[in-house]
Amino acid sequence: MNKIWDFHGGIHPLENKTQSLTKAIVTAPIAPQLTLPLSQHIGAPAKPIVQVGDQVLKGQCIAEAVGPVSVPLHAPTSGTVIAIEQRTIPHASGLEDNCIVIEANGNDEWRTRNPITDYTQLDKNTLIKIISHAGISGMGGAGFPTSIKLNTRDDIAIDTLILNATECEPYITSDHSLMREYADEIANGVAILAKIIKPTKILFGIEDNKLDVVDGISAALAQHDFAALTGLATEAEVITFPTKYPSGGEKQLIQILTGKEVPSGGLPAQLGIVCQNIGTAVAIHNAVCLDEPLISRITTVTGDAVNQPCNYHVLLGTPVEFLLAQSDYQKNQSARLIMGGPMMGFALANTAVPIVKTTNCILAPTEEELPTPPPAQACIRCGMCAEACPASLLPQQLYWFAQGKELDKLEEHNIADCIECGACSYVCPSNIPLVQYYRASKVDIRQRKVDHQNAELAKERFDARQERLQRLEDEKIAARKARQAAAKLAAEQRGKEDVKNAAVEAAVERVKAKKAKGVQESPAAKESENQANIIATESDDPIARAVAKRAAQLAEDAANPENKLIRAIDSAKQRVSKSQTRVVDAEANNDENLAIFKQAAEKAEAKLASAQQALIDFRAQSSAQE
Amino acid sequence: MIELISQHPFIAALLALLMLGLVFGATLGFGAVKFAVDGDPIVDQINAILPQTQCGQCGYPGCKPYAEAIANGDAINKCPPGGEAGIHELANLLDVEPIALDDEHGVEDIKKVAYIREDECIGCTKCIQACPIDAILGAAKLMHTVIVSECTGCDLCVEPCPVDCIDMIPVATGTRAWKWEIPDRDPSHNANIIVTDNTNNQNGHAA
Ligand code: SF4
Ligand code: SF4
Ligand code: SF4
Ligand code: SF4
Repeated sequence: MNKIWDFHGGIHPLENKTQSLTKAIVTAPIAPQLTLPLSQHIGAPAKPIVQVGDQVLKGQCIAEAVGPVSVPLHAPTSGTVIAIEQRTIPHASGLEDNCIVIEANGNDEWRTRNPITDYTQLDKNTLIKIISHAGISGMGGAGFPTSIKLNTRDDIAIDTLILNATECEPYITSDHSLMREYADEIANGVAILAKIIKPTKILFGIEDNKLDVVDGISAALAQHDFAALTGLATEAEVITFPTKYPSGGEKQLIQILTGKEVPSGGLPAQLGIVCQNIGTAVAIHNAVCLDEPLISRITTVTGDAVNQPCNYHVLLGTPVEFLLAQSDYQKNQSARLIMGGPMMGFALANTAVPIVKTTNCILAPTEEELPTPPPAQACIRCGMCAEACPASLLPQQLYWFAQGKELDKLEEHNIADCIECGACSYVCPSNIPLVQYYRASKVDIRQRKVDHQNAELAKERFDARQERLQRLEDEKIAARKARQAAAKLAAEQRGKEDVKNAAVEAAVERVKAKKAKGVQESPAAKESENQANIIATESDDPIARAVAKRAAQLAEDAANPENKLIRAIDSAKQRVSKSQTRVVDAEANNDENLAIFKQAAEKAEAKLASAQQALIDFRAQSSAQE
Repeated sequence: MIELISQHPFIAALLALLMLGLVFGATLGFGAVKFAVDGDPIVDQINAILPQTQCGQCGYPGCKPYAEAIANGDAINKCPPGGEAGIHELANLLDVEPIALDDEHGVEDIKKVAYIREDECIGCTKCIQACPIDAILGAAKLMHTVIVSECTGCDLCVEPCPVDCIDMIPVATGTRAWKWEIPDRDPSHNANIIVTDNTNNQNGHAA
């Protein structure tokens, strides 16, 4: 007999298990509509591969896994996909999430199954692939994809496989009834697990309130030659230990069975241990030996508000209210509906939500059974919570820090190790809902990590932008300086410019003087110019200014057609000087575009010449007319 | 050498100390140059805690300037996006008592992101110029849009928009973003919270 250890703290709440154990497992009828949330596990939600209107067969894959941490989803019965939409899911938030809704056709017709006759011939990877394709995620707790847990790293040898048949939470008996009626399947699942992870020890942990199943399980396990499966001297042993809540916590069970403590923040695999729930073992047996994916489970329906408490073999997606109706649910007596057990479960706001992979129990208590919590009082620092905490934490300190949102302090006090078992709240004489504080704070801590990452990103982007703006500003200043220098240079050069140019300039000057006179004579142009000035001073908007300027120019042109030509010369001159600066710059910097710039400068000069020619022509014409 | 030491232990000791001093001095000097710290480490640490929303609600033109101000003794409770948690972190870092958020600078709000109603956008680029972290994508006269994953929700782009087509919308809360709230003292609000605590008037008992 293996030695057993004890863990710190723990409580003995009323078990209330007998109610649902009086009957054998009942196979629930097929509900008319099955709602299958795409996210029944931890990780990325599955992605639908069927469309509304598609006919599906029982066991057909309807949504595939996305990414490494995800599991696929299968049709629990044959029928028609009638919706893929947001429905309320069983979640503490009472929110909606994407679901596939199947209308059952009543035939319950299987897809073709290819069961494996001899799994002993398959290697680890093939078996893990079968398990992951069957959509199996942990059926006891949070729903972690099983294939990932089994895909242990090769550098860490796993020597112990622990089967968790503790079921320590009050009311829940789904695992108990599973052991009573499915011992062979469980043993077969254990054998497959042994084949995959090759442990030297298999420990089957059962609390001593389920002694009636020990013989059956031992006998079933004895039918397998584990040593032959693993190639090691593997032995399986059923171990019973005193009932105490929460001995089913993974870390607590490991401590009970092996005496080893999983380090804070660590995983059991570091100690060479893998823990699996027995429900998962049966699902593995079904997947490998029957080619049946995870489409049903055993769920306890109990509480004083149901007249026939029992365990159901129920298809996933079955509405809670459908299942409750099978048990003669007394709605008027029920105070609230709880999915999961009384310690770790959550209240359901909506009875239409479906049974999912992790639903081990539906509890419908009356008000006397589970009274509404009385108002919380102040903490009296009695220390009972610290005594009860199985993770050896200091719940009263955590409570204090959680109230003040002191996340750093919470982390220092190892809030991450809290398994949210509720033992502290249970014993607290002040009725403080302690676990709620820890749940909220844990999310805050996770959120803060994400926020910090985002802040880091935002900072990078902000810095990059500042740098860019600075660079642009610097460039602008540098360009302005270069332009000024070049303009000076060009001005010097222009001093030696040819006589023709000077003559033209003189002519332009003359015309300008004449135009000034002309403008005075043309009131329309003057007015529009005034207006433009007003607009320009009134509005700082560059667009409005540009529009006003253009209007003024048009008016001026109408008054004196020569203006246009003169302006053309002006702008051509500007272009010439610009292109010359560019050439000078390019020469100074040895720019590779020098040739292009030179060409451009020549072209600009040609344009200037032609503009000047146009003016001369125009003059000649007008004087000829005169 | 040995003779010298045995004959003049005092001089030998003096020499030894001198040598040691030289060696350590050289190491320290080398270290000071080699591992010189750029910038002000405390400002960087403070800046790392600030949420980098760059919203200016604290009265400074961005988080870094506020970080510098805190390092120079300004109050730590002026950043609404950082909220209470941020103040606690700052208090922890600077070893001072946490104080309540100064609501002169705004109140802690749920996280929002900017959303441009795209068919109303005239493509004026004004919001792009306002966004401190370049989270808006667009070009002149073309529709603009916000890169949601980068937007910090600082609100700075809303005001400059001439056609008012930018909304600040709360970030979606799906089941994944949903979180438990810290319970309040009113039990009727906690109706959905179940824990069998409170059953200790029944026969269960603690271990
Ligand atoms: S809920 Fe957390 S703090 Fe409370 S007893 Fe359980 S492990 Fe300890
Ligand atoms: S059990 Fe309750 S009252 Fe006692 S120390 Fe813990 S939180 Fe405080
Ligand atoms: S209020 Fe906070 S987020 Fe906004 S600029 Fe100031 S420090 Fe940054
Ligand atoms: S898009 Fe708007 S709200 Fe978002 S970061 Fe940029 S300026 Fe701030």
